[in-house]
Amino acid sequence: MFWTSYLLAVLAIVLAWPVPIFLSRAQWPARSPFTAMLLWQAIALAGGLSMIGAMLVYGLEPIGENLIAGLRALAGMVLFNAPTTALGFWHLFALSAAALLTAHLVFTLLLTYYRIERQRRRHRELLALLASPSTQGAGTVVISHDSPVAYCLPGGARSVTVLSDGLMAALEPAELRAVLIHENAHLSQRHHLLLWAFAAWRQALPWLPTTRLAQESVNALIEMLADDVALKTESKATLIKAIAIVASGSAAAGPGADFQPAGQTGLALDGLETAAGVTGADSARTTASRVSRLLSPRPQLPAALRGSVVAGCVLLLALPTALLIVPGLLG
Amino acid sequence: MASLGELERAVMDLLWAGHEAATANTLRDLLAQSTEATGGAAGHEGKELAVTTVLTVLSRLEKKGLVERERGTRPHRYQAVSSREDHTAELMHEVLGSAPDREAVLARFIGSVTESEAETLRKLLGHI
Repeated sequence: MFWTSYLLAVLAIVLAWPVPIFLSRAQWPARSPFTAMLLWQAIALAGGLSMIGAMLVYGLEPIGENLIAGLRALAGMVLFNAPTTALGFWHLFALSAAALLTAHLVFTLLLTYYRIERQRRRHRELLALLASPSTQGAGTVVISHDSPVAYCLPGGARSVTVLSDGLMAALEPAELRAVLIHENAHLSQRHHLLLWAFAAWRQALPWLPTTRLAQESVNALIEMLADDVALKTESKATLIKAIAIVASGSAAAGPGADFQPAGQTGLALDGLETAAGVTGADSARTTASRVSRLLSPRPQLPAALRGSVVAGCVLLLALPTALLIVPGLLG
Repeated sequence: MASLGELERAVMDLLWAGHEAATANTLRDLLAQSTEATGGAAGHEGKELAVTTVLTVLSRLEKKGLVERERGTRPHRYQAVSSREDHTAELMHEVLGSAPDREAVLARFIGSVTESEAETLRKLLGHI
């Protein structure tokens, strides 16, 4: 059990720092966004698991062969007043920290859920009064506003896609269709659950720079996934035009307009390379990388590579679990 | 008349259009007029809109913070808390704002865009 806690700690550190930095800088996620999304989820889950696991295993080391035996012994101490002399100060410290971190993560997840739900309910209430049903189909409403805006508000059966007058006026029918398919893809692929989980992770550990990186990457990836769905029925040029029209219009009107980070030189027009990378706002990078992957598409990762990334995801989750559960593993 | 949701909408439309406080009775009469004007189904079903229904709708709207009651007068007079435009602006602020904690609430087609990026995209549009 002794080495297990160190291995878990190393895994936690690797997953909390270098791995997300490398992944957020990698170019391949734009080629296979779905695979990259799986990897981000595996990193977040395995990271949390090994962080808590490392402390738990360290704290339980004197009283149990493995996690289950240790937890059983601990329950005996807490519930039935079994002697606690086997546990030193640092063991108790680690156990308390593990319990606090677990509670913190769970509560933040729930709190974030309630906050998001409350904001969505309020938003839906106002939409019910302000927006009118659209001719574009069920679950689509139009709000009277000049800047081109399109978004979806998830909520199970009450999910709604909102378009502004400005958007309807600015786009051709095919472009409008591309926007709608894009938004519906967010809803049908349940992207809001991913956004929720990663928003909660960032909220829970804001001092960990990688929670920000993860959230930004996930935000970018869901846009690419939705774009890919739109490309199945609409042409690439249509989608690019829709993005460009909406983006240039919303910059003029939105509050994003006055936000201009220093050193932002804009994108090189030829190819719109994302090498500009780390500069600029999150969503600016999102739009840039979306357009650049549409303008100069690169093939999907080879199946073998995608397969090994997925296998890596499984391994990432299996490793801390095995270290925790299997008795006497690594002694 | 139809569901409470539709009534809420109709009442808010009246309050927004009227610019001044109105009693539940006045609102009921106005609602009855507008359904007659549009040849509403209410008349066919022979169902008269009750003042208590209007009061229910108003208290729901009050709970949502959209309507306020004037203090001290009887019967109570109701008015909209903010204009339609202010509420639209509130919604759009929520949509266009770039606070990270808002990103999980809804998914925008395009997030916030910097002016220089928009410029690049405008040039790009010229090329397509």
